[in-house]
Amino acid sequence: MTDDRKPMIECRGVHKHYGDYHALRGIDLTIRAGEFFSLLGPSGCGKTTLLRTIAGFEDISDGAILIDQKRMDEVPANKRPTNMVFQSYAIFPHLTVAQNVAFGLRRDPRSKAEKAALVDEALAMVGLRGFGNRAAHALSGGQRQRVALARALILKPKVLLLDEPLSALDRKMREQMQVELIKLQRQVGITFVLVTHDQEEALVMSDRIAVMFDGEIAQLDGPEALYARPANRRVADFIGVMNFLPARILGESDGAVTVEAPGLGVVELPARQVSRANPDDEGPTLGFRPETMTLVGANQTHSQPRETNATIDEVVYYGDMTYYDLRLDGAAGLDGRARPVRISMRNVFGRDVQEVGTRTRLAWSPGSLVLFR
Amino acid sequence: MAKALDAQARRGYALIAPPFLYALLILAAPLLTILTYSFLTDGYLEVVRDFTPANYVQVWTDPIVRTVMLRSLMVSALVTLVTVLLAFPVAYYVSFIVRPEKKALWLFLITIPFWTSYLIRVFLWKVILGYNGVINSSLTGLGIIDEPLTFILYNVNSIVITLAHAYAPFAILPIFVALEKIDRSLLEAGRDLGESRAMTFWRVTLPLAMPGVLAAVLIVFIPTIGDYVTPELIGGGKIPMIANLIQVQMLALDNRPLGSALAVTAMAIVALVSIVFLLINRRFLKARS
Repeated sequence: MTDDRKPMIECRGVHKHYGDYHALRGIDLTIRAGEFFSLLGPSGCGKTTLLRTIAGFEDISDGAILIDQKRMDEVPANKRPTNMVFQSYAIFPHLTVAQNVAFGLRRDPRSKAEKAALVDEALAMVGLRGFGNRAAHALSGGQRQRVALARALILKPKVLLLDEPLSALDRKMREQMQVELIKLQRQVGITFVLVTHDQEEALVMSDRIAVMFDGEIAQLDGPEALYARPANRRVADFIGVMNFLPARILGESDGAVTVEAPGLGVVELPARQVSRANPDDEGPTLGFRPETMTLVGANQTHSQPRETNATIDEVVYYGDMTYYDLRLDGAAGLDGRARPVRISMRNVFGRDVQEVGTRTRLAWSPGSLVLFR
Repeated sequence: MAKALDAQARRGYALIAPPFLYALLILAAPLLTILTYSFLTDGYLEVVRDFTPANYVQVWTDPIVRTVMLRSLMVSALVTLVTVLLAFPVAYYVSFIVRPEKKALWLFLITIPFWTSYLIRVFLWKVILGYNGVINSSLTGLGIIDEPLTFILYNVNSIVITLAHAYAPFAILPIFVALEKIDRSLLEAGRDLGESRAMTFWRVTLPLAMPGVLAAVLIVFIPTIGDYVTPELIGGGKIPMIANLIQVQMLALDNRPLGSALAVTAMAIVALVSIVFLLINRRFLKARS
C-alpha cells in the first residue's frame, strides 16, 4: 500500500457514550483517499457506531472527526461529503428505481435531461440498465443493493460508507457482489469504508482493515499482515482459524524468544513473530494457522525443517478441503490433557483423505508460528 | 393442494357464518327497508305502496335540502381537515419522539376520552363554550372582554371544535400506525442524500404516511357527515345538518318515504366521496406493499 496518499478521514480520540455505555473508547484512525477500508469486529464492538459518527447520524462525545481535512463537528449529515449504503438498503418504497437514484439530485442545477442521463449512467454502472421505471418494491435483494449503490455514487461523494451491505444476500450473490464492489471502487476511485462482521469479506475486499473489540481498535493492518501476524489472541481467533498451544518461555535475547510447546518441542522465534499484546492473560501461547502445517504420508518426504508425530482424532471433509484434528505426541505434557490441533489439507489430485486413528507425521516450520505473551 | 384449501375455505366460511348472518340482519335488512321506503308514497299516518321516484325528485330539487346537504359536506370537510391537521403532529410525536416503552401509555391516554359518553362530552363543550361558559366567564372576569363572545357557541365553529375533539383519536391512531411502519433508515437515507430534516419529511415521511392520513380522513369524514347530536346540541338546532333534516322528516313530520330518500341520497354522496379517497389511497398503498 502506498502511504503517500492524503488522509481522507481522520478520527482523533473519538469517544461515544450512550448513557453509561461507552461505545467508542478513543478511536484514532486515518483512512487515506482512495482506500478500500474495512471496520471489522463482532456485533456490539462499535464499528457501526463509528461509521454512523463519520456519516453524521451520531454525535461524538469527545474527540474530532475530520473528512478531507475539515472538522465535521458542526456539519450535519446532509452537508457531509459522504454517502451511505444502508444495511437494509433503505430504498424509498414509494418511488421508482430512477426516482430513488435521482433522489439526491434535487438541488443539482443541471437540466432534467442531463439528470436523466446521469441516472442512466449510474444504473448502467451497477448493472441495472433499463430498470429505471421499475417500482422499487418489485426488486430483489441484490437489485435493491445495486440501487442503493447507484443512488449514493451518483452524488460523487468523497467517501462511500457501506454498513454491512452484503449481510442480507445469499452466499453466491455475496461473493459476486464482493468482486463487483472491488471493481467498482477501482473504477470510481472513491474512498470506501465498509463495516462488516465477516472476516472473510474484509480480507477479500479491503486495502486495510481495522479490527475492533469493545469500542477500541485492536489492530489496523493490511489483510495479509492481519492474517499472518495478528496483534493478539483475540484478533487471531476472530480472523480465520488459529490453533493455540500453551508455551513455556525458556530464554530471550535481542527480542528473539526461545519457547517450548508440548508436541512441538523447543523453537526460537525472531521478534517479528512475537506479539506482546496478550490481554487475555492466559500466559504465553503459541499459535499457528491450520494450513501452515502439512500431513505427511508414511513413505513421503518433505522439505520442512521440523517434524512431529501425531494421531488423527477427527476428519472433516469439505470437498475441496479436509480438516484434520490431531493429537500431537507429547502434547499432553504441560497441562495434563492433549488439546487437538486443527490442520487443513487441500484435496489435490492423488492425495487420499486419511482415516481417524491413523498415525501420521506433521511437517512444519518455525516460521509459521506466532507467540503471544 | 386445491382440495386442502377448499377444506380450509369451508371452515373459514363456517366460522364467519354466524356474524355474517347477524350483520346481514342488522345492517342489510334496515338498509333495504330504507331503500324500499324511499320509493314509496307518503300517506296520512301510513306509507302507501305506490312506487314512485317523486321523493328523489323532491330531494334533488329542494333548495333547503341542497343548502343543508352542502353545509353538511362543508362542516364535515372542515372537521376532517382540522382533526387530521391536529392529529398528525400528535401521531408524529408519539411515533418519532416518545420512547418505545412509553408509546403504549401514550396511546392509552389518547383513548381516555372514549371512557365518557359522547353526549356528556358534548355537554361539557357546551359548558366550556357557552354564553356563561368557562371561557366567557373567565375572560369577562379577567376584564379582557366586556361582552361574552358569541362566535364560539351555536354556530359552525363550535360544531367543528366539538367534533374535532371527539374524533381526534380516530385520526391519530391510523396516522400513528402508518408512521410506525416507516423504516427509520429511510429518513436517514433522505438526510444522507443531502436533504434537510424538513425536506426529508416532505419527500419521505409524508408520502409514506399518506395511507394513514387518508384512512384518518375517511374515518373522520364518514361519521361526521351524518352526525346528529352535535348540531342539535352545540349548534342549538339553528344550523341543521343532513341528519337533523332526516330526523325531522322521519319523526317530526312522519314523512318516512321522503326521509328515506334523503338518507339514501346522503349515503350515496358519502359513498362517492369515500370511493374517491379509497382510489387515491390504493395508489399509495400499492407503493408500499
